[in-house]
Amino acid sequence: MKLNFKFFTIKRHLRDKLANSWMLICLSFVIIMPLVIGIGLIYKSGPLLRENSLSSLLFSSDWRPMSGHFGLLTFIVSSVWVTVLALLIAGPICLLSSIHLTQYAQPYVLKIMHPVIDILAGIPSVIYGVWGILLIVPFVSHDLAPFFGMQSSGYCLLSGAIVLAIMIIPFILNILIEVFKTIPNELSEASLSLGATKWQTIKFVLVKKAFPGIISAFGLGISRAFGETIAVLMVTGNVTKIPTGAFQSGYPLPALIANNYGEMLSIPLYDSALMLSALVLFVIVLIFNGLSRIFIMRVEKNT
Amino acid sequence: MSDFRFIEEKIFRVIMFISTAVIALALLLILASILYKGLPAISWEMLSQTPSGGFYFGKHGGILNAIIGSAYLSIGATALAFCVGLPVALYMNVHLAKRKKLINMIRFFLDLLWGVPSIVYGAFGFGIMIFLGIRTSLLAGIVTVTIFIIPIMVRGMDEVLKTVPRGLLEASLSLGSTKSETAYRVFFKQGFAGLITAFLLSFGRAIGDAASVLFTAGYTDSIPTSLMQPTATLPLSIFFQLSSPIEEVRVRAYASAVVLTLFILFISLLSRYTSKRYQKNKIQF
Repeated sequence: MKLNFKFFTIKRHLRDKLANSWMLICLSFVIIMPLVIGIGLIYKSGPLLRENSLSSLLFSSDWRPMSGHFGLLTFIVSSVWVTVLALLIAGPICLLSSIHLTQYAQPYVLKIMHPVIDILAGIPSVIYGVWGILLIVPFVSHDLAPFFGMQSSGYCLLSGAIVLAIMIIPFILNILIEVFKTIPNELSEASLSLGATKWQTIKFVLVKKAFPGIISAFGLGISRAFGETIAVLMVTGNVTKIPTGAFQSGYPLPALIANNYGEMLSIPLYDSALMLSALVLFVIVLIFNGLSRIFIMRVEKNT
Repeated sequence: MSDFRFIEEKIFRVIMFISTAVIALALLLILASILYKGLPAISWEMLSQTPSGGFYFGKHGGILNAIIGSAYLSIGATALAFCVGLPVALYMNVHLAKRKKLINMIRFFLDLLWGVPSIVYGAFGFGIMIFLGIRTSLLAGIVTVTIFIIPIMVRGMDEVLKTVPRGLLEASLSLGSTKSETAYRVFFKQGFAGLITAFLLSFGRAIGDAASVLFTAGYTDSIPTSLMQPTATLPLSIFFQLSSPIEEVRVRAYASAVVLTLFILFISLLSRYTSKRYQKNKIQF
């Protein structure tokens, strides 16, 4: 009986040790992963960086892979256009809607909107792309562009931005709702008791207090939008020319990577150039993401 | 003056209501337009056959290769991610429960990873494949998607396990169970409802993502029979069919989009249902 018990404890502790070490292995794997990705991308874009300086690659719009010119400026500018436009559309909608949902709306509205947000966040980007082609592209080409007195095929930066805006709305909205919920009630109560109207309280107390949170929600939206690939690839037109207006076609960075993988192995340094674009994407997204997260953590600490 | 204050509020209330309505309307528009275009084109043939000759010119065949391929890929990836993700989430909340700073750093790290675009994972995976001399295959796709969804799954599970009361941890440890027993027997069961949601959410991500499988899983017309063969996936099948100039093929892309959308909706409903159903297994405090 005694022996049996001993055996049991040994087995138990062995199992505990095994389980713990597996947990640790997994944890270190997860933590090392971003470093591995970063180093891998740097290593892979090395051959190109050895022949050209980084700034000459990033700030040149000369994209002729056949003769070894890999200027990424066109693609970066397109990406910035699409992202900024998407945020301009999604930002105000999310801000207003989150105020509405947290301050004014009946509980049942929130109950309806929660699944709506979840489903919007869950829809794959290809579906957004299909929707963009079905609805947004014709809308931009037939209605929006003539309205502004422009000509457009519809496959343009604005279509990409509209589709992207809908895609990032659930992310921004979710964070904004959380941010508004963390603001203590006493603040608005104090403001209301001093005779301010509800709207004044929202404008001068709530939004002011939530401002860092709002900025970081937008930052997270930017990092989402910047890396989105398939949907953007499907609706922006993919023309290698620096765009100068919202109704022109563009060629964002992720689309470049996705479109050119097929032929990249046949042209020297091409794969290196695409890895460099992936690296640029990685770094920009990490910066935006990291700053916004740090901002949010500060906000949570203060309240 | 005081009138203007209320007029301003009224105007903004209307605008705010419209913003909320726009969001709900956008979802309705997406679902409606895809169902409207795609539903008429769905047929049993499409769902039950692989592409035959001339499929991409509008001839016979279906997208079974993509449906099965996507199922293999996402089930494989989610299962692998679960084996890595669950221990990490449990470790963070049981073993590291006292070390708040360290946990916050890990969370920050995971959030960073979570935001990395899937195309970067795809490019990275492809780089590794060239390095190792592997060609596009189901296995490469599974591994890439696994790496891509691990942070999503861990963060989802972590959010759930965070809410497990500390008293439960202390009670379990004081009864003499080891930390790993506490993790798998107590925390796992207490958080089960939420863990399923996190699991299904990652599954939805895995099945819907196109950019990460574009270069790693490849594309073929047949159903893969081994891990080393390339495989078709639903998102890519939609993408390729839609870029065809032929109307019949494009219509089929819409139909495939309906299949994918319905699948995602089903997962979303399922996760809602299961999380409600298992909610009552929780110990109440």
